[in-house]
Formats: sequence, C-alpha cells, structure tokens
Amino acid sequence: MMGRVGHVGLNALVGIPLVGSLLVTIGIGLFWMPYDPIAIDLAHPLGSPGLHHWFGTDEFGRDVLSRSMLGSRISVLIALATVAVAITLGTALGLLAGYLRGWTDRLLMMMTDAVLAFPGILLALALIAVFGSSDGSIILALSTAYTPSVVRVVRATVLSIREREFIEASRSVGDSPLETIVHHILPNVLPPVVVLATSLFGWAMLSESALSFLGVGVPPPAPTWGNMLSQSRPYMDVASWLSIVPGLCIAGTLLGVNLLGDALRDWLDPRKT
Amino acid sequence: MLSYICKRLALTLPTLVLVSIAVFLIIRLIPGDPALVLLGEGADGAALAGVRADLGLDRPLPVQFVSWLQHALRGDLGRSIVSGEPVAGLILQRFGLTAAVVLVAVTAATLIAAAAGLTAAWRRNSALDLAVVGTATVVLAIPSFWLGLVLLLLFGLKLGWLPFVGYIPFSESAVQALLFLVMPVVTLTITESGVLTRMMRSSSIDVLQLDYVTHARAKGLSERVVLTRHVFPNAFAPTLTLVGLTLGHLLGGIAVIETVFTLPGLGRLMVDSVLARDYPVVQGCLLFTAVVYVVVNLLVDLCYPLFDPRVTAR
Repeated sequence: MMGRVGHVGLNALVGIPLVGSLLVTIGIGLFWMPYDPIAIDLAHPLGSPGLHHWFGTDEFGRDVLSRSMLGSRISVLIALATVAVAITLGTALGLLAGYLRGWTDRLLMMMTDAVLAFPGILLALALIAVFGSSDGSIILALSTAYTPSVVRVVRATVLSIREREFIEASRSVGDSPLETIVHHILPNVLPPVVVLATSLFGWAMLSESALSFLGVGVPPPAPTWGNMLSQSRPYMDVASWLSIVPGLCIAGTLLGVNLLGDALRDWLDPRKT
Repeated sequence: MLSYICKRLALTLPTLVLVSIAVFLIIRLIPGDPALVLLGEGADGAALAGVRADLGLDRPLPVQFVSWLQHALRGDLGRSIVSGEPVAGLILQRFGLTAAVVLVAVTAATLIAAAAGLTAAWRRNSALDLAVVGTATVVLAIPSFWLGLVLLLLFGLKLGWLPFVGYIPFSESAVQALLFLVMPVVTLTITESGVLTRMMRSSSIDVLQLDYVTHARAKGLSERVVLTRHVFPNAFAPTLTLVGLTLGHLLGGIAVIETVFTLPGLGRLMVDSVLARDYPVVQGCLLFTAVVYVVVNLLVDLCYPLFDPRVTAR
C-alpha cells in the first residue's frame, strides 16, 4: 500500500515540475523572448551556446532559445486543439453508441475499427495530402486518427454502467434520455476520459513533431520542435546543439505529460495500479 | 476452435470493406477532376479521356467503387504520376526493407519487454522494479526520430563505428547492408520496448496475485518454474495483442525512422508521394498498410489461444 502511494507521489513529483516549467516557458514567451525567433542574422550563423545565445543560433543566425519558446506555444496549441476536437466528438459518439446500442452501436464500432486500421501517422499524412499542410489540417488529421479510441473508451464505460440501479432510477422517474445521459452517465464517463485526454495530448504532440520532422507539418519559417530537428540535420557535425535542444524539449514535455497522466490515473482509479 | 476462427474472420470482413471505401473516397475528397488528380497537371487529353473512361466518372459512385475494388483485388493499384511505374510494384519493392527492420526490432523489443516486465513484477517495488519502470517511462517519452538522430551523431559522426547515412541493397553487399540496418533496428527496438515492458509488467502483477500461482508455489515448485511455466503464458497474452497492434502499424512504414536513416522503405515512399502529390501511390500505400494491419491482427488473434485457451471457450 505504502509502495503504491510512494509511486503515485513520485509520478506527480517529477511530472508536475516538468509540465509546470513548460507552461511557465509558454507564459513568458507570450510577453518576452530573448530575440525575435524568426529574425535572420546572417552575421552570426551556427553560433555555439554561450552568454548571448544560451542555446546557440541556427544556420540563419536565429536564436534557438527564442525559437524553442515559440515552438512550444505552437506545438501545445495544436495538441490542445486536437485533443479538444477528439474528446468532444469521441465522447458524443461513444455516449450514443453505448446508450442506444443496436445498429447505431454496430455501425459506429465498424467505423472505429476501420479508422484504427490505419497507422495514425499515415492516416494523418494522407489527409494532409488531401487538405494541404496547415495548422488546421494537422488538427483535423490528428483528431480524425484519435477520435476512435475516445469512442471506444466512452462506449465501454457506458456499457458497464447503463444497467446499474441509478440509471434505471433516473429512467423510471421520467427523465428524458438526454437528461439521463447528461446528469448520470456523463459524470461517470469523465474520469477515464480525463486520463485518456492526457495520453492523447502526449500522442498529439509527438505526432505533430513527427509530421513537422517529415516536412508535412507546420510549414517554416514558423518554428516547431519537429521542424527545428528536421532543419538541423545538415549541420549535425558542426552544430550538434541544433539537434539536441528541440529533442530534449519534446522528450521533457512528453515525460512530464505521461507522468502526470499516470499520477492522474492512479489517483482516479486506485485499483488499476 | 473452429467457431472462434470463423467468428474472428467474420469480424474482419466489414472492416476491410469500410477501409477500402475510405481509401477510395479520400482521393475523391480532393476538389477538382479526379482524372487530373490521378494523372497530374501535365497529362494530355487522350490519357485523361482514357482514365475518365477507366474510372467511369459518368457512372454513379458505388459503381465506380466496385470497379476500383475489382482492379485493386487483381493487384492493379494504378500508376505513379511521378515515375509511371505500377503502384503495386513500387509498394512491394519497398516493403521488404521495412518488414525486415520492423520484424527484427519488434521481436527484440518483445523479448526485452517479456524478460524485464516479468522480472520487475516478480520483484515489485524493489530498486530493480523502479529502474525498469523508470527506464520504460523515459523511453516512452523519447521520440524515435530524435533517438535516431542522437545515435547517428554518437556512433556515426563522433565515433565513426557505423555507416552514417544511406543504404546498400543486400544484393550488393550483405555485410554492408546489415551495418546500415544496425542503427535503425536498435532505435526502433528501444522505442518500442517501453510500452511493451509496461504492459508486460502490469499484466504479470495481476497474474502473480492469482490463486493458482500461490498454489503452484505451495506445491513446492521452484520460483523459476512458477514464473516461466505458470505466470509467463498468462501474463504474456495481453502483451501479445499489443505486439500485434504494434507490428500491424509499423509494417505500414516507419516513416520517421526511414527518414532519419535515409532508408528507402514503405514509409518514405508514402511521405515522398505526399510531398509530390502522387495520389495513386498515396492511395495504394494507404490501402496496403490497412490490409496488412488487419491481416497481422487476425493472425495474432488466431495465435492467442496458444497462450490463453479460455478465449476459444467463450
């Protein structure tokens, strides 16, 4: 028992500072950045990290710290929007499938199976091929890939509680299906959805970085950690910091979000540790 | 057993039908003339008319779908806009390399995960357990493309132990080809072992608490026999499902890893086609990867009863 409590504590102890420092960085970046992140300074290309440029400069002399700060904002906003769309749509469809059952359920399940048969990143690639690469189509593509997992989690939870007495009671006092769903089913669905949302946030960030790394994500000159990594490749032997800094940012953020998700899951559902 | 197989097969069919409808429709989502989309901007009038007749653009959409599906079932996925080669041939050419890297890496990752997860669960809350969980959690947070870049930087550039970028086909030099594949395989193995280890550990913890394990111990069996003969098969079953899902998705192309190490695999074909707006190839890759995913998961599910015979009884 003590061991588990210790474990939950450790997850939160490492996760909260990591996510916290990300949020602080984004917050500071809204008001102040050391340099203009897209201003080109051809006099100082590929400068190593030092007093003036803490994380060095890239091939165009742009400040890597400032670019990382702006990149964090772009990546987090895209991930947040993706999660918001996937969770909203997925919860609505999952509630529908689980509550109505029958053909609605069967059809929705077949559709989720079909979408899940495409590797998330390839489905996103195909949708970006169709809609062109922009922030909007990345959000659309990634949320299409992630909605089915939300539908499945919500549906499973609804199925597990729909025959319980309090649902029966709500129906027998004459609540409409909508009232029953909103007042009695939705609150029970929320904890697993919150846990899933943290995982989705991590996946969305990782996928956006991967897409930007592949050159089909956020188009330059706007910096994201993914496209910074992609642009760093030709200069790896002379400017290794260009490859190290954005990667550390992604890994640190993902680690923080995952740990926070683990802590949240243990806290909401102590049985499943 | 037979009814289990039939039931599982029956579940697969609607998925495949929906998948092919989705792949068919994706290209039709692009605004403009589908014939022009499929042939590219420079196409001449005669070729356009030919493709229009082939696609049957004047006929209703369901009829067009059926004729497209008939072609696809015969292995005709159209021709690449860029190179003019048949799409099916391009895909098969690239698939071998991707499949080799993925199969070796996933096998290695599964072995590591099975051993590490089981041991960590057995010594739960020990320093060893914490080390395993900690490593798996950190690994889970490291993007594969960054890990690949760091390995390249370290072993390719700084130490010079392994070839840096590019690829030599097996037919030219088997040793060289293997050397080129070391880093991609290691990168993928490390990346994939994180989630598998966590899965194996948590299902082992569940199994270790079951009565039959206590019973096996009470019979005086050694810990090694209890773990390998009694705990492992049951604990491994859920991990096997996850291995199937992983394998199914990775075989569709490990685009980022192929990009980092400049390997001409299936994922890179897809990315290059997206960048070149080579829609027939995008469509073909998409259909191929989804079918591979469905088939791999079908095979894994059919293997499932070997580890957990209860599923056939249901």
